Amino acid sequence: MKMHLSNSAFLGNIDPFLRGLDTSDPAKLEITANKKWISIHPVVLSMAAALGLNLRPSDIKCEKLEAVSRHYLKRMGLFKLLGIESDIRIREHEPAGRFIPLTQIYNSEELTRFITEMIPLLHLEPKQAEPIKYVVSELVRNVLEHAQSSCGAIVAAQYYKKSNTIRIGIVDTGVGIKKTINQSHDAPTHLEAIRLALIPGITGTTKKEGGTETNAGAGLFFIKSIAQINRDFFMIYSGNAMFKLLKSADGRKHVRLEADPFKNRHSKGEDYPFWNGTVVGIDISLSKTSEFSVLLDLIREVYIKTVRERKKEGYRKPRFI
Amino acid sequence: MIRIKLFPLVGSFAENKDIARQVRIGRIIPALEGGKDVTIDFEKVEAATQSFIHALISDIIRKYGSEILDRIYFKNCSETVKKMITIVVDYMQESV
Repeated sequence: MKMHLSNSAFLGNIDPFLRGLDTSDPAKLEITANKKWISIHPVVLSMAAALGLNLRPSDIKCEKLEAVSRHYLKRMGLFKLLGIESDIRIREHEPAGRFIPLTQIYNSEELTRFITEMIPLLHLEPKQAEPIKYVVSELVRNVLEHAQSSCGAIVAAQYYKKSNTIRIGIVDTGVGIKKTINQSHDAPTHLEAIRLALIPGITGTTKKEGGTETNAGAGLFFIKSIAQINRDFFMIYSGNAMFKLLKSADGRKHVRLEADPFKNRHSKGEDYPFWNGTVVGIDISLSKTSEFSVLLDLIREVYIKTVRERKKEGYRKPRFI
Repeated sequence: MIRIKLFPLVGSFAENKDIARQVRIGRIIPALEGGKDVTIDFEKVEAATQSFIHALISDIIRKYGSEILDRIYFKNCSETVKKMITIVVDYMQESV
């Protein structure tokens, strides 16, 4: 496997980074980087960590990094997590630094602890913290419950002062969305599986409306809606497919939530290098964060409408003769 | 009537579905089956995920029908907790 850390890979322009991934030889990982500058979304770091964690440190080759910003990788804990040497020296930030280094989460207790400790690290006000806690909890729980990922969930987050945004990456190397969804639905492609996973009320655990006792198939729809209402990026990549919710124009007063992600302003593709597992990246702007309770009103409306329409599709039709 | 205080179990952010399941199976269902009404007290719980609320109550609505909601009271809910409960109650009633 080969990964090149470019001088700019954020959700808006992540496509060339993804296309440049080489996942062909799973026994080795080679990490290279831009010589002058490395500026990457936490999801990219999480992907690098996830690939490396399935290997022995001796099977990971990271070239000597020269970019001025190389200390970022060290600060985010990439080398430590992978158990590889690095000659990059940093002065540790005081705990007030606004980032969450790469963290591996294996179970429910670790997740609860992570969420409790995360908010003070990011210096968030309660109103700003609400959607972020929500997103991390639901996405990591998805990994713990469905992914069967040998490396658990890899999470990292970073505050960006210029855009006043928290950027979060959550990655696993599990079975991927298609396998999970196809336990109860028929998704012939990875892209269709991603589409179904984002529709409210569709879960891999059952075909029944209302889900099972523990799964409703609502988590990803809620998260996409949080991004949409705040006009932020949201990206999901699994197998050979990638779906990206694009930012909607600021000029529009009202954002209309859509149950079908393909009706959102988006980009998508199904010719990406194959990712065994699932990658999710999301940006949450702190200055535009809508009231969470207002968002819930909109979600409720779309959710109920979608369930009703789906039930109606299954109604028996009168036979007129 | 029995009263279940969630804060000591889940803290201010109710997201742990395993705890929700334990509360449902270990406390809510036995109380309802014993003929008692149940008050779930969300005092000091500022927010809850949809997954948590789903794990807490969806199976009860599915098993006993929506009439069971007449015997469950949600107390001291914040605005977002109220809305989250409403979403789950609504989609479960649409689904069963």
